[in-house]
Amino acid sequence: MGSTFSIENRDQLVEAVTWAAAEEQPLEVIGRGSKRALGRPVQAAHSLDLSKLTGITLYEPEELVLSARAGTSIAEIEAAVDEKNQMLAFEPADLSPLLGGTAGSGSVGGVLACNLSGPRRIKAGAARDHFLGVESASGRGEIFKSGGRVVKNVTGYDLCKLLCGSYGTLAVMTDVTLKVLPRPQKTYTVLLLGLDDATAMKAMSRALGSPHEVSAAAHLPAALSPGSAVSYVAEAGGAVTAIRVEGPGPSVEYRCAALRRELADLGQTEELHSRNSLTLWRELRDVQPLWQEDERAVWRLSVAPSAGPEVVAAIGQGAAYYDWGGGLVWLALSSEGDAGAQRIRDVLGQYGGYATLIRAPQKVRAAEAVFQPQAPAMAALTARVKDGFDPNRVLNPGRMYAGL
Amino acid sequence: MKMPDPDQTIIEAKADIVTALRAIVPGEGVIVDEDELRVYESDGLTAYKQLPLIVVLPETTDQVSQVLKCCQERGVKVVPRGAGTSLSGGALPLADGIILGLGKFNRVLEIDFENRCAVVQPGVTNLGITKAVESEGFYYAPDPSSQIACTIGGNVAENSGGVHCLKYGLTTNNLLGLEMVLMDGTVLRIGGKHLDAEGYDLLGLMTGSEGLLGVVTEVTVRLLKKPETAQALLLGFPTAEQAGDCVAAIIAGGIIPGGMEMMDKPAIHAAEDFVHAGYPLDVDALLIVELDGPQAEVDHLITEVSDIAERHGAVTSRISESEEERLSFWAGRKAAFPAVGRISPDYYCMDGTIPRAQLPLVLRRMREMSEKYGLRVANVFHAGDGNLHPLILYDANKPGELEAAEDFGSDILKLCVEVGGVLTGEHGVGVEKRDLMGAMFSETDMKQQQRVKCAFDPEALLNPGKVFPQLHRCAELGRMHISGGKLPFPDLPRF
Repeated sequence: MGSTFSIENRDQLVEAVTWAAAEEQPLEVIGRGSKRALGRPVQAAHSLDLSKLTGITLYEPEELVLSARAGTSIAEIEAAVDEKNQMLAFEPADLSPLLGGTAGSGSVGGVLACNLSGPRRIKAGAARDHFLGVESASGRGEIFKSGGRVVKNVTGYDLCKLLCGSYGTLAVMTDVTLKVLPRPQKTYTVLLLGLDDATAMKAMSRALGSPHEVSAAAHLPAALSPGSAVSYVAEAGGAVTAIRVEGPGPSVEYRCAALRRELADLGQTEELHSRNSLTLWRELRDVQPLWQEDERAVWRLSVAPSAGPEVVAAIGQGAAYYDWGGGLVWLALSSEGDAGAQRIRDVLGQYGGYATLIRAPQKVRAAEAVFQPQAPAMAALTARVKDGFDPNRVLNPGRMYAGL
Repeated sequence: MKMPDPDQTIIEAKADIVTALRAIVPGEGVIVDEDELRVYESDGLTAYKQLPLIVVLPETTDQVSQVLKCCQERGVKVVPRGAGTSLSGGALPLADGIILGLGKFNRVLEIDFENRCAVVQPGVTNLGITKAVESEGFYYAPDPSSQIACTIGGNVAENSGGVHCLKYGLTTNNLLGLEMVLMDGTVLRIGGKHLDAEGYDLLGLMTGSEGLLGVVTEVTVRLLKKPETAQALLLGFPTAEQAGDCVAAIIAGGIIPGGMEMMDKPAIHAAEDFVHAGYPLDVDALLIVELDGPQAEVDHLITEVSDIAERHGAVTSRISESEEERLSFWAGRKAAFPAVGRISPDYYCMDGTIPRAQLPLVLRRMREMSEKYGLRVANVFHAGDGNLHPLILYDANKPGELEAAEDFGSDILKLCVEVGGVLTGEHGVGVEKRDLMGAMFSETDMKQQQRVKCAFDPEALLNPGKVFPQLHRCAELGRMHISGGKLPFPDLPRF
């Protein structure tokens, strides 16, 4: 019979992992449990619950730094920084609703373990770019730290990067330190209406190649735009391409006008101001356009931006929209069979990039590669890295790759 | 600084190794002549010198792969080298090791404006990337002050920054992909033109790994469009405390300038004497704040920063009115190192990072140390991100001064760690700060890092003697010491 170890402090964590390593008993690592349906199903009789390892332990707004225990709710952290007119600039996507949970239920450790970033990724960087320091327990049951609380730091290997996006397979984070940034005073969005995917790509590329410091660029094809809560988008009667600018008022107004001028030859433009902008970008961040498709599998593709529309056309099925200037494709496909895995991998074989199966029934996630399959040499290195942290493979075994 | 004991059997096998290497890299690509080796005996940390056994200058990834495989088979150590500008001794040779120079990897392979990236070989200089793309108004953002000479491969190894990284990030934030070769000759590609390379973030791990994990043979970097305009403010303060408070207030006010640099009095005077930038000489601290973006934004922010500076007691406040004037503000800061070189026979450049608020304390303690060691110190400071560059002035010809400068430097770095900072912000640990790692990391921390090293280079042949004060064998690191058995913790809540 499996147990759930509810961890309240570091000593308990060390004790539990040490036991698991000695007994070779696999552990499922759970922050607040909002993303358990993401990744391959973990074959573990026991689990580590970190939801009581909580609290913001340091927040110095003028130093742009915040530390928290790994189980702290990401919503609590976002509320704390918002109060000081700051933000987590990587705009962490809240995938809970997409995965069938409630919004705002994830932990900061979970966000980092999955390297979840939102539309601002293209300008401000991913979660991994804001992850300054960590303390964690390796699969050996040893507490180690890496990084610090300052941005500029090349002292030793950057293990924060390695842990970010490792889905809890290398170590169990206990304490994390993040960089925070000032929240922009104004957020405007230029909308281009009725563009096909290829023209939208051209528009986003032009905007991102301009000096106007575009902080997000996305394209909702006609099939998905009616689902938006923003009336300008829902009632556009066709595809909507959205380009965001943020900053001080005078700057935002100037850049918005310049973008509308420079993109006018591609289609009709419209403008959203702060409230509508925030709503739209939250929808795009959290994959809301695909929430309704709950029978379907949802894939996340990262490709060269210019390849986005071609990749979608080559896959030729399902409903898709684009973020990151075309470089991030959210795609809903039938969850029958392999949920489109083979077709997607074949197309990416030609265009480069990778695909992750974000939502699918458990049996599909168990049978198919959820993460992009690796070439043998890379798979071997990945296994050696894993063994360097977790030699008995007790932490989230199989979550990313079968057997690892 | 003690380096690993040279392996005499390797030194004695030199002729055989040369023959093997010449079979891979023909012609002048294998250097054995002592006069020619002399060029490689040191890097930017000139206090340390060592002739390498052999220098190899391959031209293709395949050659790099074969050279590394050949060295692995023979147990020969390898020190990778770009332009040799490391300030921490990252490219310091070993008597029983080869230098693997990447200087011939000097081509820009592809420029892709539509995807805002460039694919370059590691021997391309940092500035060379910007030069290759600036005709279309693009640039590569990280701008270490050695950018005219340092290579992108070295930037990856050290995670180089520069004055603009406060707003635009370090090397690690501006990379998309790498091709690299492991010590056993395996060629790997990580990432590409897409964001967030798949699998474990080996791109992030490689960046700043100081040439200990693999040899980079190709780099894909992100390109940014140049801002429409940039203007700088030159702000003088009666005390460093006021300047520090001003920096904190600018950031607390929600402003992230393109660059924000501070100089203390000795640095101001040295720079002004050297380049006549027009710096005020009656202040204790000088701030250069650069704001970039659309004119509307720059105008707006200049007003805000001027107001903040005035509230914090600035006694000098000048705004650049032309590109020429903006560059003149920077001229003194950019020439600070050579300027200090003029007033002292030698100087030793440190690189700690501290939480910004600790600046007044750190400067005060540094003044006390300066008296204790009888050595002058001048400070330039990436104020926005807390990265200090104290320049310790000494004379290597005076007995004991180098040692005193090194001790002084160690004390400064330990102080940085004590106040919540780190040993090195952008220069790397190398050999220079290797033996200080224990001030920041426990034995467990360092062993975990070395286990990562073991995954890449189990024989520890790639750049040994750098970063880690003590080398453990991978077999020993892999052992588990667990007195396992029963579930021994009754107090652990379970349900």
